[in-house]
Amino acid sequence: MVTLNSYLILSGILFAIGTAGVFLRRNLITMLLSIEIMLNAVNLTFVAVGRFRGIVDGQIITFFVMTVAAAEAAVGLAIVIALFRHHETLSPDAFTALKW
Amino acid sequence: MMEVFAFYVFAAIAVVASLLVVGQKNPMYSVMLLIASFGALAGLYVLLDAPFTAVTQIIIYAGAIMVLFLFVVMLLNVPREEPLPVPLAGALGPAGMRIAVVLSIALGIEMVWALWKLPPTPFSEGAAASVSSVTNIGQSLFTEHAFAFEVTSILILVAMVGAVVLARKEH
Repeated sequence: MVTLNSYLILSGILFAIGTAGVFLRRNLITMLLSIEIMLNAVNLTFVAVGRFRGIVDGQIITFFVMTVAAAEAAVGLAIVIALFRHHETLSPDAFTALKW
Repeated sequence: MMEVFAFYVFAAIAVVASLLVVGQKNPMYSVMLLIASFGALAGLYVLLDAPFTAVTQIIIYAGAIMVLFLFVVMLLNVPREEPLPVPLAGALGPAGMRIAVVLSIALGIEMVWALWKLPPTPFSEGAAASVSSVTNIGQSLFTEHAFAFEVTSILILVAMVGAVVLARKEH
């Protein structure tokens, strides 16, 4: 029998993997991908708890999280492209100045 | 029984693919593996009686957002990560990495351990029909959450304009 606990534990594991990605990787694109993993882990929690309580609000907030993720990906990747144009690198260590 | 099997298969695919996303050096493989992870999550949404969310996950996440990432990876053409610059590598490079690994593993263990203590909470069978109904989702989205839905359109517009302005070539 698959219970709510199993889904929450899976979600926790995925969130930890996403956090590890943001901490460990030194590539801006992979860091953005890790943020997507974290967002998806939270989405899974929303849907599982919504199913548990028998309401659709969990799925609705997942819909909004997806919209925000799309906006975040668009703006984030635009910033990555702009930074790459200036420095020819994707390492976050290279971007220490706010203005150049 | 079938449902339990499907849950563990999808969960294993999601976890392994996400681990490989973080472990890959090549961002191209990372994006591909993340699509696999999102597909597995869509399967889990189907198991949770949320077919609408599962389809949205495939179309928006695996279809639109990941294609955007793929375009940028191809456009920038940076196949692998550069090694740490020398002064930083000497000062805190490997040690900083080790601390990060320990912290993320501690976070994972902590969450799993905390959830393990919960008494088992099975899903009720009766709620499946009302949760999986797209009619209910649509009604709730366009009545209770109509304001948030309209704000979303402004958010998308702002993101679109922002992306164009940021990625534009400066003259």
